[in-house]
This record gives sequence, structure tokens and C-alpha cells, in this order.
Amino acid sequence: MKIKKNIALSDSGFVFDPATGDSFTTNPIGLEIIKMLKDGKTLSEIKSAILKKYLTDEATFEKDNYDFMNMLSKHRLTVDNEKEKN
Amino acid sequence: MKRKKINVAVTGLNAIDSPGPGVPVIRALKESKLFVVRIIGLSYEAMEPGIYMHDIVDKTYQIPLPSAGKASLLERLSYIHSIEKIDVIIPNFDAELYNFITISDQLKKEMKINVFVPTLAQFEDRHKANLSDYGKKHKIKVPFGKVIFSTMEIPKLTKEFSYPLVVKGKFYDAYIAYNMEQAHTYFNKISAKWGLPIIIQEFVTGQEVNVTALGDGKGNTVGAVPMRKQYITDKGKAWSGISIDDKNLLTMTQKLIRSTKWRGGMELEIIKTNNEDYYLLEINPRFPAWVYLAVGCGQNHPEALVQLALGKEVKPFKKYDVGKMFIRYSYDMIVSLKEFETISTLGEL
Repeated sequence: MKIKKNIALSDSGFVFDPATGDSFTTNPIGLEIIKMLKDGKTLSEIKSAILKKYLTDEATFEKDNYDFMNMLSKHRLTVDNEKEKN
Repeated sequence: MKRKKINVAVTGLNAIDSPGPGVPVIRALKESKLFVVRIIGLSYEAMEPGIYMHDIVDKTYQIPLPSAGKASLLERLSYIHSIEKIDVIIPNFDAELYNFITISDQLKKEMKINVFVPTLAQFEDRHKANLSDYGKKHKIKVPFGKVIFSTMEIPKLTKEFSYPLVVKGKFYDAYIAYNMEQAHTYFNKISAKWGLPIIIQEFVTGQEVNVTALGDGKGNTVGAVPMRKQYITDKGKAWSGISIDDKNLLTMTQKLIRSTKWRGGMELEIIKTNNEDYYLLEINPRFPAWVYLAVGCGQNHPEALVQLALGKEVKPFKKYDVGKMFIRYSYDMIVSLKEFETISTLGEL
């Protein structure tokens, strides 16, 4: 899954989609994940990075990340979503 | 650069929950880098707030309602011009445009007043009642629509439409009807206010996006800024909005201006569906009330329109700021009874 290239991210966790005018706020971990997606990291790379940095287990990460990715997709912030539309 | 002094007359000084574009147009002109603008307000009613905004409106004159016809408008403008030496008039109401368009040549020849408005053909073609044909002609998607003149036609609508559908007035107002009874109610409500015909339109769901734009009359888009409404009043008007980066909207606007050779300001009302289809809902033949957002984004459309009206070449704007917001607010002015009395009795203030 890839995040749209033109999405603007601020360090405060504010996410802005300039194509639609939609804006969102995310918590620091969400921001970290979006940044990694923007840098082209794969989901397994993201998983490794999060497990290394935070005290969580793989199952919890998988579950929360699945929800988060669905949310990004629902808000049309991902490229997969764009392709589906075309 | 030395700024040129000019006198610009502006209508649309009203500001209720569906505000007129006059005050935002004036604010844009007051920020002009090319002109020092003396503003002559043209009002229809004594309660239009712009009349009393002396910091931006230098003098106001009442003018006859559009229903009085073009002869009385011309006579009144002739009187105002004898005092104010108007260089440019910017009309901002749909309902008054017909009169201004039809007297624009006369204003130019007899008084040297410049009005940069659409041609009569451009104005008539884009009427809501003609939108289906307009879409076909200019190869732009529009919701399926039909014009009706009587409530007797409502039961037959189910042959071509399914509910919900949109019931629209020829100038203003639109309601979503979810059944035949509601369609009846809205037909009567709108026709009582704006007359006939009533337009029935397919209900297209999606995100409402708008574009404020300016055409030079030769097919070139001088400026265009797309906006998404963020907060909408119960009349469907934007109370806040944000400029967006949507290439499809700009392409659609440029295509339409090229195809129609649109002359003057315009607002496109568009629905963007979840499948990324763009349906044109309406073309308003003047600047919208949110036109000041374009100024905030780096495109002063009213200033460019004045340049075009004065016969100057205007280079198209190439960019605008994305992510700029406008948030409207209301403000209670304290007005002396004397001022109200003056505009009410003498017709000028």
C-alpha cells in the first residue's frame, strides 16, 4: 500500500490532502507510519521498525495496523484506492 | 509603479445568509496594486450592509429593481455618472445581468462606462433550464434535467427520474425531493418566489466543489481557483471553504471557457462523484460571494476584470495557493437612523 504523493504532513500530526481539501489529525505513531509509507517502506519494513522501537507484540501490531490501513484507504489517502477508482 | 485612479460602481452589497458578491469584490479592488479605486455602491434596498461600510464604499446610490427595465436603469446610471464619472461597472446579481448586458454597448458609447459581462448568448445559453443541451454542446457531463411548468407534470417524472431528485428555481433555490409530495411542495415554494419554469434534475451524489474563474472573451482563462466547501449553511452556501489542487477541475474550467469564449467572471458549481466523475450543476455568470478567497490565494480576479473592462491585456494567472481557507463571519454594524433615512428618502448616501 502506498500513500498519495501529494499528501502534506506536519510534525503535529496534521494530514492534508490538497486534491480534495480534506484534513485529518493522527497520533505520533500514525504519523510515523504515514511517513514510512511516504518514504516507500513496505509493510514488513514498517512492522520491523515499530516492533523494534515500541513495546508491542506482532499480533497487536498486525491488528492495529490493519485498522489503520483500512482507515487510510477509506479516507482515500492511498494510491491503491485511486487505482481502484480508475 | 504609480497606481491609476479609477471609479468603479459595484452592485451586490447585500449580506444575508446568502450574501452578495459586492463586498468581497470591493475588498479585492481596494487591495489592487494597479488601481486606486473609488467605489460607488449601487444598491436596491436600504438594508444592504455595504451601503454603510464607509471604509470600503465611498458613496452609494440606489438603483431601480431589475423588473423596472433597462430604460429606468440607464436613466439612473446616467444621473449617477454625471456626478461620479464611473469608469467601470461590476454587476454581481444574476437577476440584474440581463439589463446590464443589453445596455452595455450604450453605456460604452454614450458615457464611456465599461462593463465586462458575458454576451447575451453566453448568458442565455447557460441558464439552468438549458443545462442538458449546454452539456452536450460543450461536451461536459451534466446531471439529466427537465423543465416543467406545472405540478401536473410531477407524477410523470418517474418515467425519466427516480427519487430523490432535485427541484430548482430558474434563478435561485434548490431542494432535494425524496418523494412526489415533496416535489409538489418545492415546486410551489420555488415558483411562488422565482416564477416558472421549474427545473427537475437528477440527484448526483458526491462532493460539491466550486470554481471561481475569469474569461477574457477570447477563449482564454485569465484565472481560476477551485474550492471545496467545508461548512455549508442550510441554504447550501459555503460558510467556509478551502482552495484545492484539482487539475481535473481546472481542465474542465479551461475547456468550458475556451469552448464558450466566456467573457467576465463566473462560478462553476460541480459535483465530484466517488468515481471521480465531474458533473456541472450550474454556471453562475458572475463572481461568487467567496471570490475573495481567490485574492487570498494570489489571484485578484476582480482587479483583472477591471483591467479587461478597460481594454488592457491581462496575462493569465499561472498559480494559486492550495490549502488557503476562508471562514465567513457576521458582524453587527451600528448605523445611525440619519443614514438610514438619507438612503431611504434621497436614494444616495
